[in-house]
Amino acid sequence: MTTAAAPVRESVLSLTGINKRFGAVQALTDVHLDVAAGEVVALVGDNGAGKSTLVKVISGVYQPDEGDITFAGRKVTVGGPSEAQALGIATVFQDLALCDNLDVVANLFLGQEKRRGGLIDEVEMEKESWRLLRTLSAKIPSVRIPIAGLSGGQRQTVAIARSLIGNPKVVMLDEPTAALGVAQTAEVLNLVERLRENGLGVILISHNMADVQAVSDRIAVLRLGRNAAEFVTKETSTAELVAAITGASDNVVTARAARTGAADGSKGGPA
Amino acid sequence: MTTVTHAASPTDESTQPSPPTTGWRTRLKDPGSWAEWAAPLGFLVMVLIFQSLNTTFLSLGNIEAMLAAAAILIVLATGQTFTVATGGIDLAVASTMTFSAIIFGTVFAAGAPVGVAMLASVAAGTGFGLVQGLFIGRGRITDFIVTLGGFSVASGLALVVSDGQPTTIIDRFLLRFATGSVWIIGYPVLVAVLVAVLAHVVLFHTRFGTHVLAAGGSEEAATATGISVARVKTAVYTISGSCAGIAGVLLVARIGADEPAANTQFLLNCVAAVVLGGVALVGGRATIVGPFFGALLLTGLTNGLTLVGVSQYYQPVAVGCVVVAAAFLSRYQK
Repeated sequence: MTTAAAPVRESVLSLTGINKRFGAVQALTDVHLDVAAGEVVALVGDNGAGKSTLVKVISGVYQPDEGDITFAGRKVTVGGPSEAQALGIATVFQDLALCDNLDVVANLFLGQEKRRGGLIDEVEMEKESWRLLRTLSAKIPSVRIPIAGLSGGQRQTVAIARSLIGNPKVVMLDEPTAALGVAQTAEVLNLVERLRENGLGVILISHNMADVQAVSDRIAVLRLGRNAAEFVTKETSTAELVAAITGASDNVVTARAARTGAADGSKGGPA
Repeated sequence: MTTVTHAASPTDESTQPSPPTTGWRTRLKDPGSWAEWAAPLGFLVMVLIFQSLNTTFLSLGNIEAMLAAAAILIVLATGQTFTVATGGIDLAVASTMTFSAIIFGTVFAAGAPVGVAMLASVAAGTGFGLVQGLFIGRGRITDFIVTLGGFSVASGLALVVSDGQPTTIIDRFLLRFATGSVWIIGYPVLVAVLVAVLAHVVLFHTRFGTHVLAAGGSEEAATATGISVARVKTAVYTISGSCAGIAGVLLVARIGADEPAANTQFLLNCVAAVVLGGVALVGGRATIVGPFFGALLLTGLTNGLTLVGVSQYYQPVAVGCVVVAAAFLSRYQK
């Protein structure tokens, strides 16, 4: 496994020796992952690499067959999504799980509405909604617009803001920029930066190398359910990443990089 | 020129932002906006037309009669709104009402006080709704099939329990309840209004109400946020059953007997009132005010057509046309 030296920081979430089987299929084998507070760790890998399975293990949807999960310095068992949330692990799934017919406030507090005297405390929820959205420097025109009236980026913003209710320590974002335009992608990447600035550990699952390199501090590569490599983002090229993901150093990206390097060399050489 | 203004994010914690407002001209051009106001506006137009055709339409006596006739439908439509809000439908609502009325008569005939008979009626409706809800919510059987079966079961039970014979119920309290009023608003109407107000509070000011709308909007999203959709569905059919039980009490009070014959027109009118009220049949969007006015509109329509001398054979045609028009408008709702 390739590992580039990373600055030593205390992990808020640490997975060691995670194994997960589905019948005869070994989905995860001896997987390790560390996330520190105020750090964005990108989790990348090809289809079937085990990213989704690992996310579901962390979020409590699946229980690992073997291995340990350490959260905030103590070993924990994540028995289900609600337990993960109670611990301080929030997940924003790819489908966002938003109700288009409800407004922003209702979606933010769905399943955990604030009450006063048995009735929903709309005023308090609205204030808290604005506070959350301001924390993320979000561009939402009104918290009383139904989700159906928001753009893709704004929906993602609401989903991320919702994950912050309950003050989590770790936020997992599953393909947050999938199917978004350029401007909306930039908006979401800004939100990831905000999360880091607010001292949260962020796990970013993405297929988009540009996004990964734009916001992550470290990149963990999974291949065929195993740790294939781990990189410090600023010391890593796209070619190295693609090589680690595909398991082949001979690929289009590395070939292009080699050609570009050769061309630069010939230009710079003596006449 | 139409302007669209949005409230800026407040800089101060206490500031309450206003929702975005759209120009009234834009709203008038949008058929979706009309759908939400179809019942109140339709009711107003109907009142003006019938009053111009027959001045007795707005006489105190006729208003009193119309309200009394609408009370049962208001209660049934209120219960139905909850099921439709989740994207379902309760086809057994009218026969549940009939069954509840029969339970009222049976318990009363057995020598129980009228208050106990009333409670038994509501309990019977609630129990029947709960059973349907469990099949739909926990058993995951399509609501259409369960409630269609429920319609048949409740109708059959009503005939079995009553042996096909109505029981005349003579009771001073029930008579006072049926005929008494506050000004021109009869006690049954007050009960209907109370049910509607309570339903409005539950649907729009409680966690449960939000969960009902969430389940209707997206079951997957609701489940992902920890809402038990099965529990919500079970609850809404139980509420519909409770409303049918209350309607059963109002029916007995109105006719002074428990009539085992199926009241199918109530089912059609109840769904019609909900559609007229702008409640989305696909679920996720609801209102209580809409079906309330929808029930008043349908009752007023029948009453008005009778007053202007239209044959009762044509009346269902008129009701059907109004409902189809409302359904057409609801296609455009956001």
